[in-house]
Amino acid sequence: MAQPAKAQDRVNDFVIKLANVNGTGSASANTLLMKSIFRMGIPVMGKNYFPSNIQGLPTWYEIRVTRDGYVARSGRVDLMVAMNAETYAKDVREVSAGGYLIYDSTWPRSTVLKREDITILGVPLAKICNENFVGVRNRILMKNIMYAGVLAALLEIDLDVFRQLLAESFGKKQALVDANMKAVQLGYDHAKAHLPCPLPLRVERMDKTAGHIMIDGNTAAGLGAVYAGATVGPWYPITPSTSLMDAFKSFCARLRVDPETGKNNYAVIQAEDELSAIGMVLGANWNGARAFTATSGPGISLMSEFIGLAYYAEVPAVIFDVQRVGPSTGMPTRTQQCDILLCAYASHGDTKHVLLFPSNPEECFYMAIQAFDLAERLQTPVFVMSDLDIGMNDWMCRELQWDDGYRPDRGKVLTKEEIEALPKFHRYLDKDDDGIPYRTLPGVSPKGAYFTRGSGHNQYGGYTEDSTEYQVVLDRLARKFKRARLLVPPPVIEATGTSTIGLVAVGSSRGAVNEARDILAKRGIAIDYMRIKAFPFTKEVESFMAEHEKIFVVEQNRDAQLRSLLTLETDVPKSKLHSILHYDGLPMTSKGIVDAVLAELGDAKRAALA
Amino acid sequence: MSFINKPKVRHPDLPKNELGLTRRDYEGAMSTLCAGCGHDSITASIIEALWGLSLRPEQLVKLSGIGCSSKTTAYFASGSHGFNGVHGRMPSVATGANAANKGLYYIGVSGDGDSLSIGFGQFAHSIRRNVNMLYLCENNGVYGLTKGQFSASADIGTKSKKGEENLQAPVDPCLAALSLGGTFIARSFSGDKEQLVPLIQAGLMHKGFAMIDIISPCVTFNDHVGSTKSYTFTREHYHEAVHADYVPPRQEIKASYGEGETLPVQMHDGSHIVLRKLDKDYDPTHRGKAFEYLRTKLRQGEHVTGLIFVSSSGPDMHDMAGTTDVPLNQVPYEKLHPGSEGLAKILKRYA
Repeated sequence: MAQPAKAQDRVNDFVIKLANVNGTGSASANTLLMKSIFRMGIPVMGKNYFPSNIQGLPTWYEIRVTRDGYVARSGRVDLMVAMNAETYAKDVREVSAGGYLIYDSTWPRSTVLKREDITILGVPLAKICNENFVGVRNRILMKNIMYAGVLAALLEIDLDVFRQLLAESFGKKQALVDANMKAVQLGYDHAKAHLPCPLPLRVERMDKTAGHIMIDGNTAAGLGAVYAGATVGPWYPITPSTSLMDAFKSFCARLRVDPETGKNNYAVIQAEDELSAIGMVLGANWNGARAFTATSGPGISLMSEFIGLAYYAEVPAVIFDVQRVGPSTGMPTRTQQCDILLCAYASHGDTKHVLLFPSNPEECFYMAIQAFDLAERLQTPVFVMSDLDIGMNDWMCRELQWDDGYRPDRGKVLTKEEIEALPKFHRYLDKDDDGIPYRTLPGVSPKGAYFTRGSGHNQYGGYTEDSTEYQVVLDRLARKFKRARLLVPPPVIEATGTSTIGLVAVGSSRGAVNEARDILAKRGIAIDYMRIKAFPFTKEVESFMAEHEKIFVVEQNRDAQLRSLLTLETDVPKSKLHSILHYDGLPMTSKGIVDAVLAELGDAKRAALA
Repeated sequence: MSFINKPKVRHPDLPKNELGLTRRDYEGAMSTLCAGCGHDSITASIIEALWGLSLRPEQLVKLSGIGCSSKTTAYFASGSHGFNGVHGRMPSVATGANAANKGLYYIGVSGDGDSLSIGFGQFAHSIRRNVNMLYLCENNGVYGLTKGQFSASADIGTKSKKGEENLQAPVDPCLAALSLGGTFIARSFSGDKEQLVPLIQAGLMHKGFAMIDIISPCVTFNDHVGSTKSYTFTREHYHEAVHADYVPPRQEIKASYGEGETLPVQMHDGSHIVLRKLDKDYDPTHRGKAFEYLRTKLRQGEHVTGLIFVSSSGPDMHDMAGTTDVPLNQVPYEKLHPGSEGLAKILKRYA
């Protein structure tokens, strides 16, 4: 059982959880809180657990103040703000021993709000709101902003930072800034007068957030698509990917309108379904534009037929899969890494696809650009395997950088002159012996014309049902996929040089893994870490696994999909790979990994002694 | 199918168009369809229409789905890029291609199975978007490649080759397109080249989604007595309401059309469609009346053909999206992002 930490240990190191009702404006209050802590120079993590619903259901927000800069959940809750009577019982249970709970004491305290080992603080938020604000909606919204004021007093958050942030978000609407600040002040003053301010868990200014931003992965990926030069964005709305195309569209509305003509240098097309969205992506890429779509698991299922066509007919495509909980509709607003196998082998027949695994919003930006370069270089679909946790939560990450010398890699596209200099153009001929053929674009030259088809074709681009001709193309596609191993980013390896234990993970597990390794190192267990960034697996992946005796594979799904892919696509013996699986729909905690490693190593030690 | 390859030798006196190209320059690979297939006649009309328009082959993009009709994009315009996609999904590929490059001409060839069953959604939504393309529905009421099942356009009471009677109501692509806001809706018959060629030309030049439903009998599976899509039945129940002639820009409209019976409709590029009304009561510029007329004739067992409805003023997909005149695939990269300086500005919000 967790022991209450000492007070001095908890400055800039604690977890606040806010239990709200969705659709009540709590998101603004929670973002305000998190962002103000970030602005005070203190590293912070925020996670939103929301329902698949518009208004009225429970929603939680978790803010971890983390002076050591950990970006994952710790597994603790030190301060609960219980604003939803419906979930009081669950919320009060979740507070770690020695923690605090704040609730709205306008109404008689519920009998469920009882626990001897935590401190319960009441603030009559609704009452104060009703006395100071007019209108039902306004009162609901202001009640949430008011608890931000209460927390500012309890945790010593700088009110000037609040004011500055409100001014930034409301812009010229001074009346809104004033109303919000009034609510903040009311909460602040009440807390100062009636509560034990400050609490032992509180914040103190640091300087650890300079050069950093707070951004969600979907926004970063949308911005990446802008910088990659994407011009066509066909999509079908689906949680949790919707905000990616929304971000692309809103960046384009600001950055892509021709100043001279007022016309748009982009087209975002809302398709009738995912089948159509991916068809448009193929049509546009085939015709020489950079086009992409954003979707989630159910969308990938629908797109699979076209993805196979893109693989076989060698049409570039970029697909952002912001993974959510499956199977089927699953839990649309919860996170998992459950599409790894689906995407690696999407579509019928022999198909394999390039996957990139961003671990945070920063990598969403860079990998968006990389994805377009790879898709055009390899003439094949490329998946960016984000997830809800990365895509929809604000993460603290390093400021994004841009190299003005960057030019898109458009791959092997023949110019008019090049086409006309050829005796004859053959679409699928492996002229450079690298598995990658040359392509031509419509509208350039009649000599470059060819027929793109998903039916059997030979290396010259003609229709075929001849066994040998068919196999020549299929074998070349396999060589092309091998070639991709040299082009995709290698893994990031953090090794001690002496440890025989390895840990492999992808994507958003990174934060939890980093912290778990630190915790384990303090206990004398050193573990080497390989963060895989892409599929097909590069040679470094093979050697890391060869060099370690026991390898933990950490992933967020039930069926150990990454482990399966490793055993299918490398020479690693299955027995070496020990799974640590997390699939409850919430982002991973470091504690989950530590416990699993200790349990396994403990068993192993016992087995060795027996 | 024919097994004789086309001769490569060309007669020196073949007539040439404005570009100096002969009809042979708009041909494609040898057809592999059954001898006498209606689709091959349509292919011949497409070749004639393209030659007549003096279109440079590389200006044209050919797209199709799956089925006998979809095979035909290989049989014309070998100098044009072709994309044979997946079943029923040609419209989305065409939409994406058109989004990327508005400067080319797009011709989609589909069939009744491809358009009205598996691809009905994409068919409908590309009409709603008014994608600037010519969409041909080569309609034979039957699935040929899978040996004779009814398609969604099979009429009630029509009989399959095996004698089975269709009891389900048909989807009429023209009525569907009318109700979905289609801006160019025509019906024709594979055997009527005189009507079809100018319709194809007008449809290609129409700015927006031009749909021609072409009754195209299947000689192998749907040309028997009892079928309502046979050559004989079609000829007997054919009612041309409006004949459309395509007149290119700069060419004078000939006065040979009787005053009062003809209606010139100006297209966006300065060309004209001259509509010759064969039925006095018909108004091809009035959506509601066109709908009613079609329904009435259908009840009488007649297929109205010709240019059923045309509206040349509506915005196409690019107009609605407000895209630049330069095709999106040709906008220089420098114009697509604001560089490192711009990035620093954007990121201020997130600091």
